[in-house]
Amino acid sequence: MTEELVKAIADLHEAEALRLTEERLGAGEEPHKLLEDSRKAMEIVGKRFQSHEYFISDLMYSAEILREITEIVKPKLKGAFKTERLGKVIIGTIAGDIHDIGKNIVVFMLDVSGFEVYDLGIDVPAQKFVEKIEETGAKIVGLSGFLTLSFDSMRETVRAITEAGLRDRVRIMIGGGQVDDNVRKYTGADVYGSDAMSAVSLTKEWLGGE
Amino acid sequence: MTSQTPEELFKERSQRIEDAVQLKVPDRVPVAPIFCYFYSRYGGITAEEAHYDYDKWSMVVKKTAVDFQPDLIQNPRHLILAPGPLLEMVDFKEIKWPGHGVSPNHSFQYIEDEYMKAEEYDAFLDDPSDYILRTYMPRIYGVLEPFKRLPPIRIMMLGYGTAHLLAALARPEMINALETLIKAGAESLKWRSVMSSLQEELVGMGFPLSSDSIALAPFDVIGDHLRGTRGIMLDMYKRPDKLMQAIEKVLPMELQAGTFAAKRSGNPRVFIPLHKGADGFMSSEQFKTFYWPTLRKLIVGLIDEGLTPWVLFEADYTSRLEIIRDIPAGKAIYHFERTDIFKAKEILGDVVCIRGGVPNSLLCTSTPNEVKDHCKKLIDIVGKGGGFIMDAGAIIDEAKPENIKAMVDFTKEYGVYK
Repeated sequence: MTEELVKAIADLHEAEALRLTEERLGAGEEPHKLLEDSRKAMEIVGKRFQSHEYFISDLMYSAEILREITEIVKPKLKGAFKTERLGKVIIGTIAGDIHDIGKNIVVFMLDVSGFEVYDLGIDVPAQKFVEKIEETGAKIVGLSGFLTLSFDSMRETVRAITEAGLRDRVRIMIGGGQVDDNVRKYTGADVYGSDAMSAVSLTKEWLGGE
Repeated sequence: MTSQTPEELFKERSQRIEDAVQLKVPDRVPVAPIFCYFYSRYGGITAEEAHYDYDKWSMVVKKTAVDFQPDLIQNPRHLILAPGPLLEMVDFKEIKWPGHGVSPNHSFQYIEDEYMKAEEYDAFLDDPSDYILRTYMPRIYGVLEPFKRLPPIRIMMLGYGTAHLLAALARPEMINALETLIKAGAESLKWRSVMSSLQEELVGMGFPLSSDSIALAPFDVIGDHLRGTRGIMLDMYKRPDKLMQAIEKVLPMELQAGTFAAKRSGNPRVFIPLHKGADGFMSSEQFKTFYWPTLRKLIVGLIDEGLTPWVLFEADYTSRLEIIRDIPAGKAIYHFERTDIFKAKEILGDVVCIRGGVPNSLLCTSTPNEVKDHCKKLIDIVGKGGGFIMDAGAIIDEAKPENIKAMVDFTKEYGVYK
């Protein structure tokens, strides 16, 4: 049963996944187990995305299936569903920019890959990143920006982190729109990523290397 | 400067572009920076002023044209598609514009939403005009909220029997909506007349306009304006037939819109900026099913009308180069942002004029010498044998003026074909 559900979600068979969820709940199975299976399935989805087997369209569809399953399972759930987290990452779209599609994909990918993600949203002032680093002790910060105005905002954010004396404590990755290595140099970030997959592999590499 | 008259310059520049489009070898590589808020930044006004002060906007556009002498001048009407006062009057919801939701110094930005719900496909397919008037417009124009309660216009065909339905227009909130529309219309007219004079002046100064007509890929019409990115991505799985029908329905509308504006202006180039078909967004299969067929029909349809589609491939399309090759040769411009432009030349060089190649990151953060080095490489490889227009990869807002100058002047000097 467990494998069936994991496979149905990972293969994006929506109807099948929902049917299995209902069936197992009906048979009195622990709701936590279903969520655990969903999590496993999303890990597979993330891996397939990383290996270019899946695309943003597939990611969004898998998120939709997950949402539907959670909606079915939630009312039966006693207590919060907690899962082991690998490490903390702060993500946000920098000040002046209100684009969120790319940022949300990165957040989603990091989340299904097992990281604790603090999503600060869009148009995030530099100071908010600083405060979040202090509050959470996260060692990785990701700055997202779609428009070219983001280059200066990213630079400002990196500067604010430096001025707060936190630069040595965090690694900073940037991405989105027209961000490339020229922008990385300009902003003083550590690395730029050209897609959501690189955000995941960087995070793994940085947190794994400790 | 040369001693040519503006008329001569206009002819020479138009010919240079035309030669590049037809994959002939022009006298030199044309250079056409796709200016956007660069105009206002360079001219020393805010982005907000660009949207509100029509005369100041005209001034900075002319100043930029004169100072940089590009082969095409990016149409100032295509940056500001509707002026600030108009958007305010109608309480426009689909964008935030400088000083109104985004900083006075920053670009306008879209607010994506499911302006059309998934369950509304049938209503849209059944009667798009009715759907647009009574459902879509009330959602994106706050002032048109009362239009939701209008009777369906198509029942008016009962003539005498339905004339009494005009009563719907007499409700107080409807009167307010209609009066606001009249004022907004007057504002739009005022703005358009300033823009028309500006366009005429630019042409009179010897600068051909980049284009005076816009069309969208049918998939993007649905994705950008009706369903949102998430919505349309899910639709490919959950309701593919409805989505396909909607895309097919939109195709003739876009063809009509692009053709109409281009024919009216006499400028053959139709700007088609692409948004949601890039690598990573969808699989190759999905691209070949949902995105490309109607985009191709749009491109070929415009070509059949004697027009020149100028397709801006935003983001990266490197994996799709073989697919998008399938259009008539020497009739269009493909403008690339993050696509590997050297690979594009290899695969598309005998089919379509390639435009772009200079990353905005370089124009924003590097030095003129670095820009020149990059342009040299582009001229040597992508410019080889013609069919290339030097430009940034995407709209230019924040670039350093000295880098734009380097891009333009170096191309004029080094890009001469011998």
